[in-house]
Amino acid sequence: MIRFLLKRFGYMLLSFIIIISLTFFLMKLAPGGPFTSEENLPKEIEEKLNETYGLNDPWYKQYANYLGSIAKWDLGDSFKSRGQSINDIINRSFPISLILGFEAILIALSLGVLLGVIGALRHNKAPDYVAMSVAIFGISVPSFILATVLQYVFALKLGWFPVARFESFTHTILPALALSFMPMAFIARLMRTSMLEVMNQDYVKMAKAKGMQSKVVVFRHLLRNAIMPVVSFLGPLVVQILTGSFIIENIFGIPGLGFEYLTSITNRDYTAIMGITAFFSILLLVSILLVDLLYGFIDPRIKVGKKEAH
Amino acid sequence: MKNIKKVVFQGLIVFVLIVVLSACSDESKNSNSGGDEGDGQVLNMPLGSEPAELHPGQISENLSVDVLTQVFEGLTRINQDGEPEEAIASEIDISDDKLVYTFTIREDANWSNGDPVTAEDFEYAWKHVLDPDNAHTPKVDRLYPVKNAFEAKAGEVSIDEVGVVAEDENTLVVELESPVEYFLQLTANPVLFPIHKGISEENPDWFLDAGEDYVSNGPFTLSEWDHQSKIELEKNDEYWDSDTVQLDKVNFFIVEDNNTAFNMYQSGDLDYVGDPTGTLPLEAVSSLDSEGTLNSDEKAGIYYYLLNVDKEPLNNKNIRKALALAVNREEITTSIIKGGETPALSLVAPAVWSENEEGYFKDGDIDAAKEYLEKGIEELGYSDVSELPSMAIQYNTSESHATVAQAIQDMWKNNLGIDVELENMEFAVHIDAMDEGDFQIGRFGQSAEVADPLFILEAYRQNSGYNFTNWSNEEFISLLDEAKFSIDSDERYEILREAEEIIMDEMPVLPIYVYKTVYTHKDYVENIDITDLGFVQLKWANVSDK
Repeated sequence: MIRFLLKRFGYMLLSFIIIISLTFFLMKLAPGGPFTSEENLPKEIEEKLNETYGLNDPWYKQYANYLGSIAKWDLGDSFKSRGQSINDIINRSFPISLILGFEAILIALSLGVLLGVIGALRHNKAPDYVAMSVAIFGISVPSFILATVLQYVFALKLGWFPVARFESFTHTILPALALSFMPMAFIARLMRTSMLEVMNQDYVKMAKAKGMQSKVVVFRHLLRNAIMPVVSFLGPLVVQILTGSFIIENIFGIPGLGFEYLTSITNRDYTAIMGITAFFSILLLVSILLVDLLYGFIDPRIKVGKKEAH
Repeated sequence: MKNIKKVVFQGLIVFVLIVVLSACSDESKNSNSGGDEGDGQVLNMPLGSEPAELHPGQISENLSVDVLTQVFEGLTRINQDGEPEEAIASEIDISDDKLVYTFTIREDANWSNGDPVTAEDFEYAWKHVLDPDNAHTPKVDRLYPVKNAFEAKAGEVSIDEVGVVAEDENTLVVELESPVEYFLQLTANPVLFPIHKGISEENPDWFLDAGEDYVSNGPFTLSEWDHQSKIELEKNDEYWDSDTVQLDKVNFFIVEDNNTAFNMYQSGDLDYVGDPTGTLPLEAVSSLDSEGTLNSDEKAGIYYYLLNVDKEPLNNKNIRKALALAVNREEITTSIIKGGETPALSLVAPAVWSENEEGYFKDGDIDAAKEYLEKGIEELGYSDVSELPSMAIQYNTSESHATVAQAIQDMWKNNLGIDVELENMEFAVHIDAMDEGDFQIGRFGQSAEVADPLFILEAYRQNSGYNFTNWSNEEFISLLDEAKFSIDSDERYEILREAEEIIMDEMPVLPIYVYKTVYTHKDYVENIDITDLGFVQLKWANVSDK
């Protein structure tokens, strides 16, 4: 197990370095810079700014500086928002994205699994069709359209929820719903398929033949075995929801990290791009690892680290 | 085992129910989040993005100006008639040669912490901007009319030789390089605002957050800065003219999405929406217009295309003129933009020179355009339009830029038989390409920061500032130099008209339409002032009938 973890950490470090290096060079290749604005800066001022921020240094020195600052997790000051450090920006906006993401995942997971199970148990009957229509709707309607519709109907027309901003729990409901719909639909379909597969397994037929209550069969045998694909989807999903929330955050005026990430790119805010990318990639790598560990916990047949031991 | 699963599952269901129920109960508390009881007069406005900095001398973009103009005050302020008038200065004495300005600082001008505003605070603030070690001063050129300012910033002369001296606590003497007629407009610009010398020396980071050290001298104080979310201003009781100020509180909610801001306005979360602190969605503009609630104020800015005169066939003056005349601007403003904009037929906006409503040429003069085109083709040595090198219009991604470009593409095809391509780019890429000279026709727009023709035309002196066209003209430059040192207003006017005529005859810039400040507000909002430069002023505003 320890060998497995060490090996995994090694791979994680390697992927991490590749990710931030690629980001660094792509960012440097992109035309424009942090001081690009409509009104051309006086040349002497631009020169001075470049010097102050070390943009006149050769690329390898800048690259080394970035790696160093990420190693120390002192990500430097934003180019665009004066005096705000990237650490502060992440500390300020990540909890907001986290709350939103947590709510969205909760909704997606509970409703998604529920719809999937209903669909499978009432296979090819009315409830199945209803559940799968909801799922197809969720997959095919992009989240920003859903967000706009939710905002228009529930906030503007009915006045049940605030239109935008992030101030109280009520403010989080519409964005969390908009964010959860797509993964919910995906989970529902995943769950239904894998339930159907598990239902045809011999041990399920056996359990039923033994005269077990169907409720018990569903919970003890079906759910536990069928949930595996959903669990493996969970890792990427967490990161996808946290990083991909910028459109929703934009529509609902929420100062989350996804939103900061998007603006940092349009602003060519080099330190912010590098810092937030590093943060998100660590998040992704760690959650993938966690999911792998979770496999072994849910399914005793999978012995984490065993394969490598052979 | 069975029971645990059951408990967990039921727990989950209960949790979801709680979430849903608390959502409903929470709502009653929050439906009145405007919270205007007890706070007095509160104005809620959108702010299109987080301001990059709230230090007057270090501003880099316009939203900072919209906040700083409420929080600070300069020697002068643009009044509701659009003219600069005495503000922190109670008296302004101008020498006959218009080179020396003596400002008397108001006795009752105080900082928000009660300290008096002194002439030294101004001297300190200006020299702070001109300090060559201070890199963060993108708009330092606003100070260059002051004697030795440019040289000091370049490190050529000592900062002590800059022509600004606090003679005593209440007297500021400013010596200028040339008799710039718009100097009193500049003193209303944030770059020339004072900063509290004592605090700035003690805590150079005073401006990074609201708090005790954020001391200002304008109608309002910065009471809260919740980054990326909200900026809150409160009435400044120490302000010398605080009797005029009626608002007790201003909330700037940072909302980047135009549609969201407009929805918030419709639901009553905002009292005002649109330019200059945000932008109205294109669809909302026409519906507000038909309701009769759209405001469209004059603005000293023009939307135009820059023509790169180094690229064939745009190196030919007649081709450039043909392109300019073949655009039907009326059609663009009435059927695409629809915010009350007007066709632009000059470089200096009508808000600065009202005679420019007529402009220098006729809008959509197809016959003349065809003549110029023929002449141009001949001069370039081609025999037919189809032989002209291909051209492309480059613009930054935006629905309205795209629609305008498509309309112009269509007009050139139908009127002149010229095919142009459209290239849509991200903002920074677009600016970078133009800066490198790697474009043919580039979209641009300029809102003047000083409502003065010389200031506007100066941009085309050489390939810098707003000018990416590579166009330069000896005669034009010598006229600008002449105007710069002219102290006779009429003479100066004649010279500058001549200069503008030259550039409109050469046509390195193809004007399209005159910007307007387009916004709407609730009925109870009164006296929000929008300057011709398109900046908001809340000093006189009130929402007493809210």
